[in-house]
Amino acid sequence: MNRTDFRRYSLALIFSGLCTFAFAQHEGHNHGAGEHHQPATPPTGQQTTQETHQEHANDANASHGEGQHDGACGHSINAETEFNAGDNAVHHISDANAIHVIGDFYVNLPIILYAKDQGWTFGTTGAFHPHHHGNGEQTYNGYVLVHGSVMRILDPAFRSQSYQVTDYTHRIDSSSGKAKTIYAALIDGKCLDLEAKTTYDAGILGGGVTNFMDFSITRNVFTMLLTVFVLFFLLRGVARSAQRNRGKAPKGLQNFFEPFYTFIRDEVAKPNIGPKYEKYMGYLMSAFFFILGLNLIGQIPFFPGGANVTGNISITFILAFLTFLISTFSANKHFWAHTLWMPGVPAILKILILTPVEILGLFLKPFTLLLRLFANITAGHIVILSFVSLIFILGKSGESTGGSAAGIAASIPLSLFMMTLELLVAFLQAFIFTMLSASYIGVAVEEGHHAEEHH
Amino acid sequence: MLFLADFNVLKPEPGLLVWTTIIFLIFWFIMSRFAFKPIGNALKQREQDIQDALDMAKKAREEMSHLQAQNEKLLAEAREERAQMLKEAKDVAEQIKADAKGRADAEYKRKLESALHDIENQKMAALVELKNKSGQFAIEIAEKILQRELSNKADQESYAKTLADQIKLN
Repeated sequence: MNRTDFRRYSLALIFSGLCTFAFAQHEGHNHGAGEHHQPATPPTGQQTTQETHQEHANDANASHGEGQHDGACGHSINAETEFNAGDNAVHHISDANAIHVIGDFYVNLPIILYAKDQGWTFGTTGAFHPHHHGNGEQTYNGYVLVHGSVMRILDPAFRSQSYQVTDYTHRIDSSSGKAKTIYAALIDGKCLDLEAKTTYDAGILGGGVTNFMDFSITRNVFTMLLTVFVLFFLLRGVARSAQRNRGKAPKGLQNFFEPFYTFIRDEVAKPNIGPKYEKYMGYLMSAFFFILGLNLIGQIPFFPGGANVTGNISITFILAFLTFLISTFSANKHFWAHTLWMPGVPAILKILILTPVEILGLFLKPFTLLLRLFANITAGHIVILSFVSLIFILGKSGESTGGSAAGIAASIPLSLFMMTLELLVAFLQAFIFTMLSASYIGVAVEEGHHAEEHH
Repeated sequence: MLFLADFNVLKPEPGLLVWTTIIFLIFWFIMSRFAFKPIGNALKQREQDIQDALDMAKKAREEMSHLQAQNEKLLAEAREERAQMLKEAKDVAEQIKADAKGRADAEYKRKLESALHDIENQKMAALVELKNKSGQFAIEIAEKILQRELSNKADQESYAKTLADQIKLN
C-alpha cells in the first residue's frame, strides 16, 4: 500500500467514523429515559389556570416515565427504556415535518395543513416547539407534532388556541377487529386521541383517509427542493460552459457531467428507443439526475442530507407513474395491436391468456419500477441504521462503555462497507430506473417493421 | 416494538404526491429546456465537428496518397518512356547501321557487277576488234600474198612471216 492509498483509506475511515458518531450523537438521547420527562416550561403569558393543570399533568407524566400503564390512554411514547433498533430505523427513514439536526435543535419547516371542517392552516413547525424526538410541546390550531409528524386532535374544542402538551401516549386498539395504534396527547391531564394525516394505503398499513391532509414542506420535500436547486445550478453551469466553449475542448464540470449525458443517450436512449430517442432525452436525463441526486444526498448522514426520499413510495410512485403515462401516451398502433390482439396467436389463447396478461403487464411494469427503487434505497438505509444501532445494542443503551466501544469497533467497518455499497446502489438504481423507463418507452414506440415474422 | 403503522415510507401521502409531481414536472421542464437541450446540442455539435475534422483529415490523407500514387505513376511512366526512347534510338541506330551496310554491300555488288560487266564488254569489244582486225589482217596478208605469189616461194613465205609479224596484237 503506498502513501496515497493509505491517506485515502484513513480519510475514508475517519469520515465513516464521523458519520457513525453523527448517528450516535443523534441517537444519544434515546437511552436517556426519564431525563426528558422534566415538565416543559410553559411559555410566558400562559394562563394561570393552565399552570395549575400543568402541575397535575406533571404528576401523570412522572408515572409514564416509569413505564407505568396509564389505563385508557396507553403508554407514554417516551416510556421505553430499551433501545429498539427497528423503531430507530423506521423513525429515521420516515418523512418528518421538522428536520432534526443535533440534540434538541430542529430546523423548522413550513406546514400547510388542510382539514375539511377547518380549512387551511399555515405556519411552521416552530409553532409546536419541537423537543425530544420531534415531539411538540405546544398545540397549534388543534394540531400537534408527534415523532416529527403532524397529527390532529380529534376533539374540536382544542382548536381555538395553543395548549401545552405534557406527554404523548400510544396504545393498541383492537376494538374494530384489527389492531390499530392510537396516539393520544396529554393536555391538562386529559387524554386526547389524535388522528394521523391522510395516507392512501387503504388501511392496509394502518393508515387511511382521515379528516386532514398534510401538504407541508416536509423533510423529503425540502430535500427534493434542495436537490433540484443544486442540480439546476450545476447542470445550468455545464450547459452555459458547453455553449460558451462551442468549438473548443470541454473543461471543468463539463467533463464530469457530459459523460452522463452521452452515456444515457448512447447506452440507454438510442438502443432502447431507436430513432425517436431525442424526444425522450429530457425526461430520461431529468429522472436520472433527480433520482441520483436524491440518492446521493440521502447518503449524507447529517443535515441537510439523510432524508430517505427515493426510499419513499410516494416519490417513486410519481416517477413510475410519469414513465407509465409517457410510454402509454407515446404508444403507437403497432404496440396496441400487439398488446391487445397479438397477431398470429389463436383467438382463444388471446382472450383467455395473452390479452389479460398483457394488460396486467401494462400496470405491472411501472409498478416494479416504483417498488425496485423504493425497496433498494429503503433497505440500504435500514441496514446502515442497523449497523449504527449496534453501538447502542452492545452498549446496553449507554450502561456499558465497553459494549459501546465494541459496538463502535464493529459498526465503523460495517457502516463503511454498507455506505460504499449504497454509493454504488445510488448510481445503479438511478441507471436502472432510466434504463427500464427507456425500454418501456421503446417498446411502446417501436415500429412494426418486423411484423411479418408473427404471421 | 415495531409498528407497521409507523412505516410511513410505504404509505402514499397526498402531500408528498403533490409536491413530488410539482417539483419533478418543473424540474423536468426547466432542465430539459435550459440544461439538457443546450448540453445535448453542444455535444452533437462537437461530435459533428470532430467527425467532420476526422473526415477531412481522412480525405486529405487519401488525396495525399492519391497524389503520391499519381506522382509515382508519372515517374514510372517517365522512366518507361525513357527506356522506350533509348530502345527505339538503339533500334534506329541499328537499323541505320544495317541499312548502311546493306546499301554499301549492294553498291559494292553493283559496282563489282558493273565492273565485271564492263570488263566483259571490253573483252567482247576487244575480241570483236581482234576478230575484225585479224580478219582484216588476214585479208591484207592474203592480198599481199596474192600480190607476191608470182615471185618465189621463199619470198612468199618470208613475206607472210613479215606480215604476220606486223600484226600487232593491240
